[in-house]
Amino acid sequence: MEKNSDKIQNKAIQKQIKLPLMKSIEISFESLRIRFWRSFITIGGIFLAIAFLMSIFTSTSINLALAKGASLEVRSRLGEMGDIKASQMWLVVLSLMACTVGITNAMLMSVTERYREIGTMKCLGALDSFIVRLFLIESGFLGLVGSVSGAIAGTTIMTLVSIIRYGSDVIATYPFFEILKYGIFSIVIGTVLSIIAAIYPAYRAAKMTPADAMRTEV
Amino acid sequence: MTDQNVVRTKNVTKVYQMGKVFVEALKGIDLEIKTGEYISIMGPSGSGKSTLFNIIGGLDKPTTGQVFIDEVDVAQLDAYELAWLRCRKIGYIFQTFNLIPVMTALENVTLPMIFAGMSGDEMIEKGRKLLEMVGLGDRALHKPAELSGGQQQRVAVARALANDPAVVLADEPTGNLDLKTGKEIIELLRRLNKEKNVTIISATHDLKMLDVSDRIVWIRDGKIDRIEKRTDVTLEVGEVEGE
Repeated sequence: MEKNSDKIQNKAIQKQIKLPLMKSIEISFESLRIRFWRSFITIGGIFLAIAFLMSIFTSTSINLALAKGASLEVRSRLGEMGDIKASQMWLVVLSLMACTVGITNAMLMSVTERYREIGTMKCLGALDSFIVRLFLIESGFLGLVGSVSGAIAGTTIMTLVSIIRYGSDVIATYPFFEILKYGIFSIVIGTVLSIIAAIYPAYRAAKMTPADAMRTEV
Repeated sequence: MTDQNVVRTKNVTKVYQMGKVFVEALKGIDLEIKTGEYISIMGPSGSGKSTLFNIIGGLDKPTTGQVFIDEVDVAQLDAYELAWLRCRKIGYIFQTFNLIPVMTALENVTLPMIFAGMSGDEMIEKGRKLLEMVGLGDRALHKPAELSGGQQQRVAVARALANDPAVVLADEPTGNLDLKTGKEIIELLRRLNKEKNVTIISATHDLKMLDVSDRIVWIRDGKIDRIEKRTDVTLEVGEVEGE
């Protein structure tokens, strides 16, 4: 019985503490705008990581497509198929790792420097979930913008480089769907990594007592 | 002034672990504070007054002992109830102002109101009134970086009063301000205390505070050294500062 009445009371209290979604979006975007250069650099980190990953994917796809469909002359310049696969796989793995570390680092820094702000919000009566939501919106947006622009840049640059190197055969055999697939994969990876890397420290800070969060020096 | 206790602590202790060493910051504090009082918690740095402040405000948990705010045991509250308490019952003022840097003065003041479910014109109206009350009516749309220290602290005072709290807790509110500005903030707090009957609890080592306090709690080595009424303190504050 007592548990039940506790629950009802809790519900009543939950309703009394709120942060409307529109307001959270507004606050998040304002935070991004006012910290424009900080946000810009964070996006830059994500952009570079994803552009690198995507350029490796693109060149791999183009080389494989060329190896199948291009003229003999181009194929001989590509060298042995086995070599391409081995070296490109290694590059993909390497770029994935660089991308993970880069994005995690950029997001971790941008959250940990705001522990005091998180503590203050809690003093004013914010629930942990408000804080997590604010950072979710922010990091999701940063991740998406960085990843999409990175994927586009990586693909474009690598396609141009291939055309310069191998000529019009690249366009004739262009593996459009393959690259689109990798593009979506890269964007998802970039966004998800950004969100995880931001949410984890934000959640940890939100869970701390406000006194600890405000005392933490990073 | 009523006889009701707005804050009561019962044998509160706090132990911090610093590496392998345990530091006893508070060694059993019993304190009763009545509605409408202006209390100063005085003591040298490291005496445990900030720790006590944090514990009274529900910002930190005591290691043992109990804290009652409006006769509710804070330790028994879950996350939602604690947020509710911080939002509606307590207003906080910090030494470092702690305004949200990305928001204007008005937005800083209205943020706790948003959490409390207010919205629209009613909220803006109240925020503006509070800012006028602290003398910053014309600075409502400025960001903290565009305000002086004293002005930022005024915004913080207005923010602390956003949801008409029962208690305002001020941790070294004058610590980062010059003499004159600090005095203005103290006078502001005193005025609010009188006009709105808000209980004010201030951790400080600013002697200017003595003059306006109803009672002064002296903390030493994590224990209450003595509690004095203002009328019993003979110190002439003006003379100490050489004004």
